[in-house]
Amino acid sequence: MTGPPSGAPSGPPSAAMRGVPVPRIAIIVLIVAALLALLGGMLAPYDPNALNGMVGMQNLPPSWSHPFGTDGLSRDVLSRVMAGARISLGVGTLSVAIAVIVGTTWGALAGASDGWLDDLLMRFVDAILVMPRVLLLLVLASAGPMSPSTLALALGLTAWPPMSRVVRAQVRAIRQREWVVAARALGATRSRILLRHVLPGVLPHIAVAATLSFASVIPLEAGLSFLGLGVRPPTASWGGIMRDGADRMLDTWWLLLFPALAIVATVGALHAVGERWREAVDPHQVVP
Amino acid sequence: MLRFLLGRLAQAALVLGFAVTVVFALLRVAPGDPLSGSTLDASTAPATRELLRHQYALDQPLRTQYARFVGHALRGELGMSLSRGRPVAQVLRDVLPNTALLMGTGLLLGIFGGIALGAWQGSRGAQHSPAPARLTRFSEGLGLAIIATPEYIVATGILTLFAATWRLFPVGGMVTLGVHDAMDPGARLVDVLWHLVLPALTLALIVGAGIARHQRTEMRLVISRPYIRTARAKGAPERRVLVRHALRNALGPVIALCGLLLPSLVGGAVFVEAIFAWPGMGRTMVDAVTGRDYPLAIGIVMVSSVLVTLGGLCADLAAAMADPRVSAGRR
Repeated sequence: MTGPPSGAPSGPPSAAMRGVPVPRIAIIVLIVAALLALLGGMLAPYDPNALNGMVGMQNLPPSWSHPFGTDGLSRDVLSRVMAGARISLGVGTLSVAIAVIVGTTWGALAGASDGWLDDLLMRFVDAILVMPRVLLLLVLASAGPMSPSTLALALGLTAWPPMSRVVRAQVRAIRQREWVVAARALGATRSRILLRHVLPGVLPHIAVAATLSFASVIPLEAGLSFLGLGVRPPTASWGGIMRDGADRMLDTWWLLLFPALAIVATVGALHAVGERWREAVDPHQVVP
Repeated sequence: MLRFLLGRLAQAALVLGFAVTVVFALLRVAPGDPLSGSTLDASTAPATRELLRHQYALDQPLRTQYARFVGHALRGELGMSLSRGRPVAQVLRDVLPNTALLMGTGLLLGIFGGIALGAWQGSRGAQHSPAPARLTRFSEGLGLAIIATPEYIVATGILTLFAATWRLFPVGGMVTLGVHDAMDPGARLVDVLWHLVLPALTLALIVGAGIARHQRTEMRLVISRPYIRTARAKGAPERRVLVRHALRNALGPVIALCGLLLPSLVGGAVFVEAIFAWPGMGRTMVDAVTGRDYPLAIGIVMVSSVLVTLGGLCADLAAAMADPRVSAGRR
């Protein structure tokens, strides 16, 4: 695309983003999730890994003393869901940070260069995108259960390609704009133009892509744990709790339901916020 | 059109070349070497170890190994599966049809259902729209909920309700064990279809929800265009305006999107197959990974990359046929 994107608001996109009405419920969910991730272990009524009694305390359905029930090892599920927020959101945050750094650098490089280098960089991105992400993660996970930071690295290294596409497209669009042309005419260096004149305009798009990327990373992390290939037990994670209940899903439905609700609420809230921002910043972008 | 096709083919070849390289790099950065997982353990004699290394050319320089790897990949030789003791290509030949049946059914249902649903939702607000406001809003909300729900939760929910609680469908597998082989061909087909319903429905729901959302947006965009007003002004019946003028023009981007959805669909199939015990590629992948069967896992990654590339190519061609502006590069 050449020239200013059609239909985009005339002011800087960050201004368009600021006034966007975001569903209040989504904000509340995200605040609660963030609080749990920061303080989850302290707020939890029980120690998430404590075995509360091997006699008669396993697989108890929800009750007043254990609102989310207990699992097969008599651990309190509510406490585990609360503590699991730290793994799910912490791993998510770290991996999105990795994806943003790699994706922005890669995309900016491709967007700022012409011809073969741009082509080469983007075909490489295409190559990673044709390999289904879950399969790549499974290959990486086959080395055995991972530590949270290795898991974040694996998730981040499979999450940056879509980000780099967004950045590249925006860098291409913005480098045609008047102020960039003016800066070039004034003799500014390439890196100065890129950092001072182009990247600020790309930031809102990065924010949107990062939010949506976050929404895609959380289910992947939980999915790997659900298959038994994520964070090493007994560390509580939402996917891991579901795995504990997967064998006897009818008898211990609470092990599946509550972590699933936590995942769906967080992902739904991130989707809601990300989609609203996307509509404000870039109404025509198609994201699969 | 021919130029467009050739250009896309060249791109696809380059992309696959890169993909093979990435896979090779993955193999090399993994801790140990491809053999250290399952065949070799501490009790293996050093001499045997060396022999196996030599057999798999792991003692050669990296450049030679890469050339060998690419050569084998080009010839479709994917090595031996460590856990099954058979060539990877043979293992894949057994499971690929099952995955194709599951994904094909899910994809077809999802694409057609999604397009129909999205077009119906998108026509809300148009004159004489067949879509009542409250029902469309409800279906849109439901769609968003499905999009926010990971496929393994959708699959588990469907399995719990329809198979475990109400016992309407089998809980898993592809055939009724023990009985299937004794059935006559017609009954066998019914048996497989019977097992297909729930997993295919899960995939169709996930695909359909995503496609409906984009189809709806495109439809609304097109309906606001001047040529729709012109068609109405000429007195074309509303049904014709919506189907021939609006839907036809809103279809191109959505068809191209189907190609983009493929990789995540393959990923979704991994979970769906694992949960419904469907003997396909996804479940084989999970087995390969838990059994540290590197050649099999890598083979599956390569085969699905090729399939995704071909699928993307088909989607692009279909989009170009539906909308000539695509092949002219003006979209």
